Amino acid sequence: MTENTNTNKINSFQKEQNKVEMRKQIITFALMIFFTMIAFFAVMLGVSSTFVIPLILILAIVQVGFQFYYFMHMKDKGHEIVSGMIFGGILVAFLVIITFVAITWW
Amino acid sequence: MSIATTQKRGFGAVLWDYLTTVDHKKIGILYIIGGGFFFLLGGLEALLIRIQLIKPENDFISAGLYNEMITMHGTTMIFLAAMPILVGLMNYVMPLQIGARDVAFPFLNSLGFWLFFLGGILLNLSWFTGAPDAGWTNYAPLSVQSPGHGVDFYVMGLQLSGAGTLMGGINFIVTIVTMRAPGMTYMRMPLFSWTTLVTSILILFAFPALTVNLFLMMFDRMFGTAFFDIGLGGNSIIWQHLFWIFGHPEVYILILPAFGIFSEIIPTFAKKRLFGYTAMVFATFLIAFLGFMVWAHHMFTVGLGPVANSIFAVATMAIAVPTGIKIFNWLLTLWGGSITINSAMLWTLAFIPSFTIGGMTGVMLGSSVADYQYHDTYFVVAHFHYVIVGGVVFAILAAMHYWWPKMFGRILHEGMGKLAFWTFFIGFHLTFFIQHFLGLMGMPRRYWVFLENQGLDTGNLISTIGAFFMTFGVIVFLINIIYTAVKGEKAPADPWDARTLEWAIPSPPAHYNFKQLPLVRGLDPLWIEKTEGKGKMTPAEPVDEIHMPNGTILPFIMTLGFTIASYGFIYQVDHKGWLIAVYAGMAIALGCMLIRSLKDDHGYHITKEELEREAD
Amino acid sequence: MSHDHSLNPETMPEDPAKATMEGKHKFLGLWIFLGGETVLFACLFGTYLALRNSTAGGPSSQDLFGLELVFLMTLLLLTSSLTSVYAIYHMKNNNFKKMQLWFGITALLGLSFLGLEIYEFAHYITDYGFTFRSSAFGSAFYALVGFHGGHVVFGLSWLIAIMVRNAKRGLSLYNAPKYNTFGLYWHFIDVVWVFIFTVVYLMGMVG
Repeated sequence: MTENTNTNKINSFQKEQNKVEMRKQIITFALMIFFTMIAFFAVMLGVSSTFVIPLILILAIVQVGFQFYYFMHMKDKGHEIVSGMIFGGILVAFLVIITFVAITWW
Repeated sequence: MSIATTQKRGFGAVLWDYLTTVDHKKIGILYIIGGGFFFLLGGLEALLIRIQLIKPENDFISAGLYNEMITMHGTTMIFLAAMPILVGLMNYVMPLQIGARDVAFPFLNSLGFWLFFLGGILLNLSWFTGAPDAGWTNYAPLSVQSPGHGVDFYVMGLQLSGAGTLMGGINFIVTIVTMRAPGMTYMRMPLFSWTTLVTSILILFAFPALTVNLFLMMFDRMFGTAFFDIGLGGNSIIWQHLFWIFGHPEVYILILPAFGIFSEIIPTFAKKRLFGYTAMVFATFLIAFLGFMVWAHHMFTVGLGPVANSIFAVATMAIAVPTGIKIFNWLLTLWGGSITINSAMLWTLAFIPSFTIGGMTGVMLGSSVADYQYHDTYFVVAHFHYVIVGGVVFAILAAMHYWWPKMFGRILHEGMGKLAFWTFFIGFHLTFFIQHFLGLMGMPRRYWVFLENQGLDTGNLISTIGAFFMTFGVIVFLINIIYTAVKGEKAPADPWDARTLEWAIPSPPAHYNFKQLPLVRGLDPLWIEKTEGKGKMTPAEPVDEIHMPNGTILPFIMTLGFTIASYGFIYQVDHKGWLIAVYAGMAIALGCMLIRSLKDDHGYHITKEELEREAD
Repeated sequence: MSHDHSLNPETMPEDPAKATMEGKHKFLGLWIFLGGETVLFACLFGTYLALRNSTAGGPSSQDLFGLELVFLMTLLLLTSSLTSVYAIYHMKNNNFKKMQLWFGITALLGLSFLGLEIYEFAHYITDYGFTFRSSAFGSAFYALVGFHGGHVVFGLSWLIAIMVRNAKRGLSLYNAPKYNTFGLYWHFIDVVWVFIFTVVYLMGMVG
């Protein structure tokens, strides 16, 4: 019987933790919406392109970071291999993009 | 299950067993058989190429057929022979080496095999209607404008088998990360398992580029898009970049498992622990990392400009460093060892100088200024055959001799093994060494004929003679296989007095591999137990029931569906009625997916009693 | 113990999606697959970036794109990402009904995104005659955005399949990993979309 009460305690503790986690995720979501809006408004208002392109790219990268680390829990323990794979993919992706922007001419 | 009971079953039962199997060992054998079949096809194509080039202005085969021959030879050897045989070896050996009972995704494993195999069959069916003829690199715009359906077969066949390989890669990574036996830390893993892991990572990041590229080609050829169509603003360099972003890591996907194989064989037959284990692991990672940074050295003459060419030239030459580390570590493992020379070891010892020559010409080619001279000549042909035959094929043959007893319970005949080795080895150098000089004298690759009295006659003749030697070696090896199957010597569990876990279990292993998972106490776990006088592994768990996955026919049917759909895609260009094949094939494949995800499959358990009944 | 029994508070592990070996495999396998998908989409993005000004006299990105629609699509997909987080939250609290509900909302949001995308493509084709045959830009645009759309279609079919399949069975250690892997996949679709709206639509409007 003692075991049972133990699990219940862990469960309620776990529930509390899940709640805290959820609150963080809502904040993350709010920030993402906010960033999206900034990006869209910056473009709609016609800010000069030398400024706006880096801005929207940075906002995109930050948003994606939120997705990976908060929504997909990459910040949690047990995600070391996962991070390795994603960053490996990002590295190759980066090379590909650089290639197609810089050394694929028409 | 012993051999005796297997032999009693009818052919139909065995066929059904192999069609539905999810056992990594049987899938491994299927890969090796499938890859071996395509290896023979590719070899035949090579022989025809060499016969055509035996004398100046020969007309043994027509120019068009010659183009199909070179295209199919390259494509078959890379995608359908070398890689699948290596994947087969990984499939068979890696789970045994890390002390696992199966792979992480047995279903995907089987699906991966059937995708590879039917993809390969699809590609080769093109022989009946006109094979692809734009070179194995299939450069746009030549490939986009190639008439007939040859290139379409290339696109669909490789798309299928590429998808299969990608699944295999993911499967291996997860297996190695999650399923190592108790005590098998990463830094205690045998080198072959390490290279399997790193190769799988390369597959994971390289194959998507091929997938996208083939997809673009498919749409350009079949649906009139304009990715490579200059007239509508397309850009044919995109094909080259994407192809080599995939293609160069592909070279390392082939060679790293070969390195792993040699790193297993050398310590076993030198009776010494692998020299510089840690350095070997890091060199493997370094090669993989640099392997992604160098693809544009295939494109030096495209005109990327001096800056890009220099960067890629330096990165290319840097790969020689980790590769050199490996070569020296193998030599130092041999140094002072008590070396047994047998067939497996002969292939290994022959690999070291042969591959080193290939590596050195690689550095020569990596110099972007000099490459303008070498580009598209036989020098390049000689170079990549030295690394791929001298590295990968030698490794495969060494591995066959080394692991054959484990896989089939019989030892390959030594005499025939040595005969095959010497003829193949001599033939290999006869064929390809001279090609360096043919290339330097200006003989271009992929040309149907060469002219008389340009100094190319003798060299080509020698090269062709070498090809016959190699053919003879392969035939001897095939006879050896048949001989061994009929009256070969029965193999004990550990015929080579070896060091790693796969030799701690019977040959061939039970379908659950390990009755009790072994406790690993260090690098070369079996050797540790031997030196401490025990001679066998300590179990890490009591005998208990084992959970195994159920066999299933779904992967085969699913792949059949995709193959039918691919056929439909190829021919709907001629007649829209073929779209029925597309829809039907897709319906079959998606239906199988749906069944797979809706129907529960919990596998089955082998009971404790059953396990205890079986003898050790 | 069979994995197919519904969970009650006593048998509920901390993270039901990763409590079994199969669950761990699925979790890791999907993440690794996403690593490969990163490269896949990078290749499509690269192709798009190389060809985005090759309009061959046809409509350009400035002629075509309307930011209002894209903004709406973005909101839908971002919100669907949040609702799937809610669903996983309820999975961790072993509340199967709420989990199904939130996943249901996710599916609806995904469907409306898809509807808007189809509307957008139809609009380009009928009003501008802009197809994937028009120019290299057209090919690259439809390849990239269409590939993403294909992922959405696949994700939705997957989600609906597991929701229907498990509607009467409740949460178990056998199906929890399936929901969880779907959740990760869905977030990844969102990740790709963030780059699509930035690189394709916003940068397309800037020029």
